[in-house]
Amino acid sequence: MHTFDLSLDRITKVEGSASLTVRVVDDKVEEVHFSIADFKRFYTQAMQGKPIIALPQLLARICGTCSNAHLLCSIEASERALGITPTPQTNLLRVLTMYGLMIRDHALHLYLFSMPDVFGRDSFLDFDENDPVQHQLLHDAFEIKAAGNFLATLIAGRSVHAPYPMIGGFSHFPDAAGIKEALTKLEAIRPAVLRLIDVWKDAPFHFDRKTNFMALVPERYGFLNGKICDNKGCLIEEQELRTHLERVVLPYSQASAYKHEGESYMVGSLARINLAKDRLHPKTRETLGKTLDLFPSTDIFQNNLAQAIEILHSVDDAQEILLNTQFNPEPIIKGTPQESVGVGVVEAPRGTLYHKYHLHPDGNVVEGEIVVPTGQNQINIEEDIHQLVQNLLPDTPKETITLEIEKLIRAYDPCMSCAAHFLKIDWREE
Amino acid sequence: MIKETQPKKIRIGWFSFSCCEDNTVVMTEVMNDHWQEWKKLFDFRHARVLKSVNTLDEMDIAFVEGAIASDKQAQELKEIRRLSKKLVAVGACAVMGMPSAQRNYFNENQQKQVEFLLARFSALPKVLKVSEVVPIDAEIPGCPMDPNDFLNKVNALVAEFQVDSASPPLAGGKS
Repeated sequence: MHTFDLSLDRITKVEGSASLTVRVVDDKVEEVHFSIADFKRFYTQAMQGKPIIALPQLLARICGTCSNAHLLCSIEASERALGITPTPQTNLLRVLTMYGLMIRDHALHLYLFSMPDVFGRDSFLDFDENDPVQHQLLHDAFEIKAAGNFLATLIAGRSVHAPYPMIGGFSHFPDAAGIKEALTKLEAIRPAVLRLIDVWKDAPFHFDRKTNFMALVPERYGFLNGKICDNKGCLIEEQELRTHLERVVLPYSQASAYKHEGESYMVGSLARINLAKDRLHPKTRETLGKTLDLFPSTDIFQNNLAQAIEILHSVDDAQEILLNTQFNPEPIIKGTPQESVGVGVVEAPRGTLYHKYHLHPDGNVVEGEIVVPTGQNQINIEEDIHQLVQNLLPDTPKETITLEIEKLIRAYDPCMSCAAHFLKIDWREE
Repeated sequence: MIKETQPKKIRIGWFSFSCCEDNTVVMTEVMNDHWQEWKKLFDFRHARVLKSVNTLDEMDIAFVEGAIASDKQAQELKEIRRLSKKLVAVGACAVMGMPSAQRNYFNENQQKQVEFLLARFSALPKVLKVSEVVPIDAEIPGCPMDPNDFLNKVNALVAEFQVDSASPPLAGGKS
């Protein structure tokens, strides 16, 4: 019979710092603590008393990699508080901003963070240039990331903390030469994206624990609008989301965790594809064919495949929008501050992101609340690890258990930078 | 047969403290155009974003992003300084503390809301910029850092370490 404590001080190849402790007593997993170790930067407090127009750029700084998702979520919440309805062109530019983000951010995770596990390498940069498959993947990775980066820069001004999107519109518009170059780059990476999908479709990793999933489901597959759906058929309006989530304090973690109807759930690409695969771009669906029959799935490693599919959708839909839209300069729409509450909900790369602001008529924010994807996944991750380790006991060496846990955590693509930087105001010491 | 001599690789560390890691993302985007040169030129000794087996030992250049929020982080930073020939602070949080140091400027009410958490996680009373903890050799400001500024600084440092090497300088970087 084995009794031991397994602890991982700093999990690698993820965004930010996370640590893990697992307690095993007589071959039975007694306790799993997945804790987010990044230090809080207190954005929930920092927004109090700030002018609402300053919020999108401030709150984008919550996270370097999901930055543009926070930016657009903050803009949506601010516009709803100010009574602003964006123009159709603004909406399209925001859709394209999200596509740039999804392409580069999913590629970062799938190639640099998770793919070394598939090929038994420590680092993606260790891939062998003399091996034809690994050589191709090395080149694919940076070509896809560069195309996403180019699209984000063309539309939003930058991949990280983008300057063009703002409350009421955009401050800059893509030119014809830039659009042409973006179309060329997007077309060029499509074969690489298909190779990426094949890698993750054939990847030998599986872990399936039946769980719940939730995502914002739009009429046309995307990341900005729609109703929040779950696997039980629940339909929630964006402004009602928070009342459906129960906050759970994990005293060992710097982040807030959440349950829905008393149960853990997952958010992210897998949840989105599970709930909305029929709404993917027609070209994406036609190319994927039977691959889409793998969904819905609660095998968390299929989150990797779901992310790869979202890259393809982003490429296909971005091309259609860029080909069929004439972008013209438009003035920024201004709103009038009033006593109001604005809620924004978007699908960030890692799942549903929620910003809520209480606005004072003087234009300053009284208080706000933010719920991020990794906080929502935190309990689900712990429950998965609990079962994974139990399945591996008693015969698996600790080193192998550690590697299997890290692989599973990486499949969630957690973002600790996001998760660690909030605090609900009424949180009290237990 | 003449054996080709391999130039000695430059030993690199990339460290993130309290921040949003936007400079890490920019670095991985710069890598899109430079990964082939970096594979030849750099030995990443410690870069948790890129690899699992990290070794904290002697480094030619240590890049540090983020502000310092706890005594444990300050001790880690001092060890990085001790082990590195050059230490470069990258991004606004490392160079000037903000926005990670925003709690330094909270009013009384905001302070009250956060103080129990500062105690729970043994945070420093004030968040510090990197140069308040250790001396730095160079800094790359910006939120996030500017990619060209980063490449120029990297180029200059690589040139210093490459005096006896046959390796070509990195491409890119504008003044």
